[in-house]
Amino acid sequence: MTRFVGQLAILLALATSAAGALLAFAAARGARSLFPARRAAGALLALVALAVLAMEYALLRHDFSVQYVTQVGSLETPVFYTIISLWSALEGSILLWALILAVYTAALAQWQRRQPDAGVATGGGYTLGTLFVVNVFFLLLLAWPANPFGLVSPAPMNGPGPNPLLQNHPFMGVHPPLLYLGYVGLAVPFAFAMGALFSGQLGPAWPRAIRRWTLVPWGFLSLGIVAGAWWSYEVLGWGGYWAWDPVENASFMPWLTATAFLHSVMVAERREMLKTWTLSLVIATFLLTLLGTFLTRSGVIASVHAFTQSLIGPFFLAFFGVTLLVALGLLAARAETLRAPAQLDSPLARESAFLANNLLFVAFTFVVLLGTMYPLIAEAARGVKVSVGAPYFNRMNVPLALALVLLSGLGPALPWRRGSPRAVLAKLRWPAVGAVVVGIVCAAVGVRAFGAWITIVLAAMAVGLLVEETIGPARARARAHGEHPFAAVRGSVLANPRRYGGYIAHFGVLVAAVGIAVSASYRREREWTLRPGQSAVYGRYAIQLDSVWALEEPHRDAVIAGVHAFRDGQPLARLYPRLNYYRNSNQPIATPAVREGAEDLYLVLSAYAEDGSTATVKAIITPLVTWIWCGGIILAAGVVFALVPARVARR
Amino acid sequence: MKRRTGSLVFGGVVILGVFAYLAWGAVGSNVVYFLTPGELLARTPEARGVAVRLGGMVEQGSVRWDAERRELRFRLQDGTHAVEVLSVGAPPQMFAEGMGAVVEGVFTDGVFRSHNVMVKHSNEYRAPQAGEQPAEYYRQLFRTQSR
Repeated sequence: MTRFVGQLAILLALATSAAGALLAFAAARGARSLFPARRAAGALLALVALAVLAMEYALLRHDFSVQYVTQVGSLETPVFYTIISLWSALEGSILLWALILAVYTAALAQWQRRQPDAGVATGGGYTLGTLFVVNVFFLLLLAWPANPFGLVSPAPMNGPGPNPLLQNHPFMGVHPPLLYLGYVGLAVPFAFAMGALFSGQLGPAWPRAIRRWTLVPWGFLSLGIVAGAWWSYEVLGWGGYWAWDPVENASFMPWLTATAFLHSVMVAERREMLKTWTLSLVIATFLLTLLGTFLTRSGVIASVHAFTQSLIGPFFLAFFGVTLLVALGLLAARAETLRAPAQLDSPLARESAFLANNLLFVAFTFVVLLGTMYPLIAEAARGVKVSVGAPYFNRMNVPLALALVLLSGLGPALPWRRGSPRAVLAKLRWPAVGAVVVGIVCAAVGVRAFGAWITIVLAAMAVGLLVEETIGPARARARAHGEHPFAAVRGSVLANPRRYGGYIAHFGVLVAAVGIAVSASYRREREWTLRPGQSAVYGRYAIQLDSVWALEEPHRDAVIAGVHAFRDGQPLARLYPRLNYYRNSNQPIATPAVREGAEDLYLVLSAYAEDGSTATVKAIITPLVTWIWCGGIILAAGVVFALVPARVARR
Repeated sequence: MKRRTGSLVFGGVVILGVFAYLAWGAVGSNVVYFLTPGELLARTPEARGVAVRLGGMVEQGSVRWDAERRELRFRLQDGTHAVEVLSVGAPPQMFAEGMGAVVEGVFTDGVFRSHNVMVKHSNEYRAPQAGEQPAEYYRQLFRTQSR
C-alpha cells in the first residue's frame, strides 16, 4: 500500500510537472494566463511531499517490501537516524532533491502571483516553465533508474541499516538538508536566466530578481558546506575538515561560480555591463551542480561519499549536454540584445574590482574542476590510476584565495565608474597602518608561518577597509543630522541593508580565512599507547588514561577510552574518544572527542589491547578551527541581514 | 568603444589561458599513483622516491611490531609479488594479517616507507558478507572484562 501510494505520487508528480511546463510555455507564448501553471506548481509540491511522507512512513514502519527500506533500514536503528536515512543513499537523496525543487517551484509561482509585473518582466512563463522541466528530469529519475519504491519479494525480516558513517553523528540530520537547499535551489537562478533569454526581456528587472533568488540558495549552500566541514571534523577522526574529496569539490564549484555571479550581477544591474558574462555564470553554476552530481553519483569517481553505482550517470550526462547546448544557443541568439551600452571608464573603479573578483573565482573553479576531473582524464588517456593530492589544490588556490581576501576589503572601498588615485590612497592609509601593526604584533607573539601571517595581515587590512566604509557614511550622516555617532552607524546600516549585509558576509569569510590559514599552519599531533592510570605530557597539555571499557547499544557496540585532559596543570575536560562497531560494517568507526576552544584538543582512540590493558590515543591540537565555523555563521547572518530588513521596511 | 570591450575579453582569456597552463603543469606533478606491489616493482626506476599509494594484502606471518621503537614491518602482496613495508606508529585497530591494506609513502632501497597505513575497505560502502564477523574483535574485550 505504501509502495503504491509513493509510486503513484511520483508518477502523478511527473505528469503534473510535464503539464506545468507545457502550460507555462504556452502562457508565455500566447500571453495567456499563468494561472493553470501556478496551480500545477502547488499540485506538484503536494504530490512530491506525499511521496516523501510515504517513504518516511515505510522507513518508520520498517516495511522491508520497499526496496529503499531494505537498503538503509534496520530494526535496531534509532528513530532519529531512521528518519534521516531518507538521504543516506542514492534514491532517497534524489527524493529529497525533488522535494526541495518542488518547494522552490511553488515559491517561484507564488512570487510571480504576488508580483505580476516583476514576474512578467523576468521571463514569466518561460522562467516557471524552465523550472518545471528541471522537475521533470528529477521525477523521471525517481520513476525509473532511481526508483526508491521498488518491490522486494519476499520481503526480508531486517535490513543492514544506513551506512555507519551516516549514523554516527546527529549532524547528519542538518548538513545534507542545508546543502541540498542550496545546491538544488541554484536551479531557480538558472530558470530566471533561461526565462530572460527565451523571452528576450533583458532589461533592468532580471538582475535584481535573480540576485535575490540566488542569495537564498547561496546562503544555504555556504552553510551546508561549512556544516559538512564541521561534520567531517567531528566524525572522520583525522582532525581535518576538508580533503578536496570529489563530493566536497562538487558542492564547492557551484558555490564559487555563484559567488562570482553575486558580484558580477551588481555590475549588470548598475551599469548594464557584463550581461552575457553574468548569465553565463548562472548557467555554469547550474551545469556544475549537474556535473558534480554526475561525477559523484554515477560511480565514475570513487569518493567517501559515493553511493552505489547506478544507471543515473547516463541520464545526468544527457541532461547536462542538452542544457549546455540550449543555453549556448540562446546566448548566441541573444548576443545583439546583450551588448553593453556602457563602458569601463577607469581601471581604478568598483567595476574593475568586480572583474578581478570574477577572474579569480573562475580561475579557482578551474583549478578545482581540473583536480576533480584529472583522475578520469588520466585513466582514460593513459590507463593509470591516480589521485590528485591536496598539495596541488593548496599550491594553486592559496594565492588566489589571498588575492580574494584583500579584494574583499578593497572592492567596497573603490567608487563606481572612476576613482581618483588620491582619494583611494587616503582610504587605504589607516587600514594599511593597522595591518602593519597587526603584522608586527603577530610576528612578535610568534606567528612565523608565512601562510598564516600573510593571511592575518591581509585580512586585517580588509577588515580595516570595511570598518572605514561603515564609519565614513555614518560620520557624514552624524554631521548632517546632528545624530549621536552610534545612532548614525545604526541608521546608515539599516538604511542600506543590502550593502552592509554584503560587508557582514565579507567579514565572515575573512574570519573563516584566518581560521583556515592558522589551523592549517599550526596543527600538531602525537600518539601514545597508555596503560590505565598512566599519563603523557604534550606541550601545555597532559592527558591521563583512566580506563577502557566496552559498551553495548542496540544498533552498535563501542569501545570507549575515558581520558582526563589537563592544560597548564589545570583540569581541562574529561573526554571519551571511542571506536564504534556497527553490525553492518567490517571496520570500526572512530569517533573523536573534541574540546573546542581557541585551540581545539582533539582525541582519537586509534587502538586498544583486547584485554583492556592499554589504549593508543592520538591527540591533535589545532588552533582557531572554531573561527571557521563562526565565519560560516557570520556569513549566513549577512545574507539574512541583506534580505530581511528590506522586506520589513517595504511593509 | 567596441574595441575596448574586445581587448578586455581578450585580456581575460589570455590571463585564464596562462593560468590554465600553470594548473595543468601543477596537477601533472602532484598526482599520487595507485599501484599494486607487482606494478611498483615493474616500475621501480621511475617510482623510486615518488609518493605513491600501494594496495595489496598483508602477507600471512609477515607482521612484526616493535613496541620499543614503535615500528611496524610487514609485507604487502598481490598474489605474485610482495613488497616490504616499514611504518612508524601503532597499526590501525583492524589491521591484521591476510587483510587488504593501502599504504601511502615512498619506495626506496627495496623498502616501502609508509607514513599512513589504511585498512582497505572498498570505496563503495558494502555490508559484510555471510561468514564475516565484524563484531568478533571487540567481543574479545567483553570476554576478558567479564572474566
